Amino acid sequence: MDAKEKIARRVALELEDGQLVNLGIGLPTMVANYLPAGVDVILQSENGMTGLTGLVPGKEDPHITNAGGAMVGITDKGAFFDSSMSFALIRGGHVDVTVLGTLEVDQYGNIANYKIPGKLVPGMGGAMDLVTGARKVIVSMVHTAKGTPKILKECQLPLTGQACVDMIVTELAVFEVKQDHLLLIEVAEESNVEEVLSLTEARVVLADEIKRF
Amino acid sequence: MKSKVVGKEAILTCFNDGIHVMVGGFMACGTSETLMDMIIKSDAKNLVMYCNDGGFPDRGIGRVIGNGQCAELFTSHIGLNPEAQRLMNEGKMIINLVPQGTLAEQVRAGGSGLGGVLTPTGLGTEVANGKQVLNIDGKDFLLEKALKGDVSIIQAYQADHFGNCKLIGTTRNFNTLMALAGQTVIVAAEEIVTFIDPNEVNIPGVLVDFVIKEGE
Repeated sequence: MDAKEKIARRVALELEDGQLVNLGIGLPTMVANYLPAGVDVILQSENGMTGLTGLVPGKEDPHITNAGGAMVGITDKGAFFDSSMSFALIRGGHVDVTVLGTLEVDQYGNIANYKIPGKLVPGMGGAMDLVTGARKVIVSMVHTAKGTPKILKECQLPLTGQACVDMIVTELAVFEVKQDHLLLIEVAEESNVEEVLSLTEARVVLADEIKRF
Repeated sequence: MKSKVVGKEAILTCFNDGIHVMVGGFMACGTSETLMDMIIKSDAKNLVMYCNDGGFPDRGIGRVIGNGQCAELFTSHIGLNPEAQRLMNEGKMIINLVPQGTLAEQVRAGGSGLGGVLTPTGLGTEVANGKQVLNIDGKDFLLEKALKGDVSIIQAYQADHFGNCKLIGTTRNFNTLMALAGQTVIVAAEEIVTFIDPNEVNIPGVLVDFVIKEGE
């Protein structure tokens, strides 16, 4: 199992039947492939639909796309709406969980994922609204950037949101974000606490019982 | 009543140098390529534009950006248009990054007679720089002012001669909001029909000034 699949499988365990969930483009999108049996969630795409699903061959319709502009499908429970309704769902606390990747995250639950000044400025898209309004914010990402920690004491890049992250899931560890530290609750079978700590800059407190995943 | 349906050449005079243009669509889904063609043909310069994203270099608003007509863009995302990033880095275009939900509500407010909206989105980030924070019943909100445009570019699935529009799928996005906020509202419809069931009208025709046929 590669790192991304391991992360997606672990994040999927956080989702509950019937929840409205927004998955970011990329790794977070993979979470939908690993939902446990009996867990059926409704996926929102912020460009204007609930009930997002994969493209059904032969049913391609350029009027139905995801937030990356790619054609997708819609389930029979789905609905289409405009951007005002879509972000009312997001900011209004109607989205239960959002899963997104990041460049940096820190021990205060700050997240920075929309620009590297002078280098890369993609923009925040819907991310600032999602981290502000979703009931639970899960960061899913590969633990480091080629060995350089991304889980920091304090984000250095411009913030996408302040004190908004609830949980961080990487291929090595699962953390809960407390007010000024991270609680290490799970460590990957392939790793150990020492390795996790050595690759994490943030202040980490070990849970009484650390599970394996 | 006179039909609002016109030939596409008739709307060329709507595009003048320096005007503010709102463009519906989301990653080119729901953006009228025919009206992008007409903006390019008009050769209007120094446009201030409002769009969810910067499109792609070869699709949507990205084509107008690539043609050098956009001096300033209010948008949430330009990640899929390297041309927009290049123009920004070279100082040839100003990009104002706005959270997507905030942009939607600023446009809706602009077309709804509101002065702005109060949102928690952006608090504690660069987006809040220079903006008023209001505490309402113990919770902080950013004051984001309303936005309006001179011309709004809308795409519809169907439009009738009165301008009523039906939109389908995820093409609604900013189209329904920008139809409120433009002084002149131009719709490009995939189909022009004689009747749309009033229950299925997404943009009331009273908002619309001109209708053209998409693709012709």
